[in-house]
Amino acid sequence: MASQLVMYEEEFHRINAVCDRLTKDANAKVVFLVDKNGQLISAAGQTNNIDTTSLASLTAGNVAAMGGLAKLIGENEFPNQFHEGAKDSLYMTLVGGRVVLVVIFDNRTSLGLVRLRIKKASDELEKIFAALAARSAAPGAGSPFAEISDADIDNLFSE
Amino acid sequence: MSFINYSSREINCKIVYYGPGLCGKTTNLQYIYNKTNPETKGKLISLSTETDRTLFFDFLPLSLGEIRGFKTRFHLYTVPGQVFYDASRKLILKGVDGVVFVADSQVERMEANIESMENLRVNLAEQGYDLNKIPFVIQYNKRDLPNAVGVDELRKVLNPRNVQDHQAVAPTGVGVFDTLKGVAKLVLTELKKGGQ
Repeated sequence: MASQLVMYEEEFHRINAVCDRLTKDANAKVVFLVDKNGQLISAAGQTNNIDTTSLASLTAGNVAAMGGLAKLIGENEFPNQFHEGAKDSLYMTLVGGRVVLVVIFDNRTSLGLVRLRIKKASDELEKIFAALAARSAAPGAGSPFAEISDADIDNLFSE
Repeated sequence: MSFINYSSREINCKIVYYGPGLCGKTTNLQYIYNKTNPETKGKLISLSTETDRTLFFDFLPLSLGEIRGFKTRFHLYTVPGQVFYDASRKLILKGVDGVVFVADSQVERMEANIESMENLRVNLAEQGYDLNKIPFVIQYNKRDLPNAVGVDELRKVLNPRNVQDHQAVAPTGVGVFDTLKGVAKLVLTELKKGGQ
């Protein structure tokens, strides 16, 4: 079974910092980092009016569908996707085969600049996720669930 | 594949509702959505055709409360039940933590139930999961219909391993939350085992 994704304080702050910086450097509206299974990892910029949970799930669905299409035509993956809207556009990049970096931007910036900045941020993120994977795989890195009891689980369901 | 975030103290799990076309997977999610407090749920997203058949998936995020200071969130997904959407079904099973199989109790849907159960086993195996090992519950839906097969018969055909099962009438909510609680509990128990 695929191993679970575990996020620690230190890496979480580093990831958030990369997303924050990308938002500014690319002059983007919003930057999201989404796990390929649809879990939102980080969000930066003007996230107030966006349903981030839905966005994460739909991003994962879209990337999965495009990945399926890629395999049908003999490609391994489509690592980059660009969707152009009337006002806002959306750029998605696969990072390290595991997470998806989503940048939403408007005409205050350009696709060229966004792509350039994404490249740099995605290299940094790849390193952080490699470190995270190593840390989760290290012995003794159990989940917090090791300590919970059956009673804790029962309590969650008692109304 | 659950996602545990120590920094925001959150645990996210993915549950997939599987089953043949028109068995009531989406209806399960709609009932859960309608009956939960606004503060514990997100938006229900349905990617469906013009005739309200699921095209890709339905999605409902749900908060269940806290365990030892960790917020537990469940992401509920349905698959499209129609046979020809198999490529999409496979994608939705990626990273799944628990599965609910919704069976249609009507006698004329028995064949479709069996086919879908087999399809679930094959598609899970393709993603590296074993149906005999992951958290799994079965729901016998549409118990109110006159042509519903007896539960003993359904068990014999669909549940030879005797996994947890529930009887349901999804539009009125009978058995819907029992099923959800059942699978959620299994998922958390599995996480607990994995953490030890």
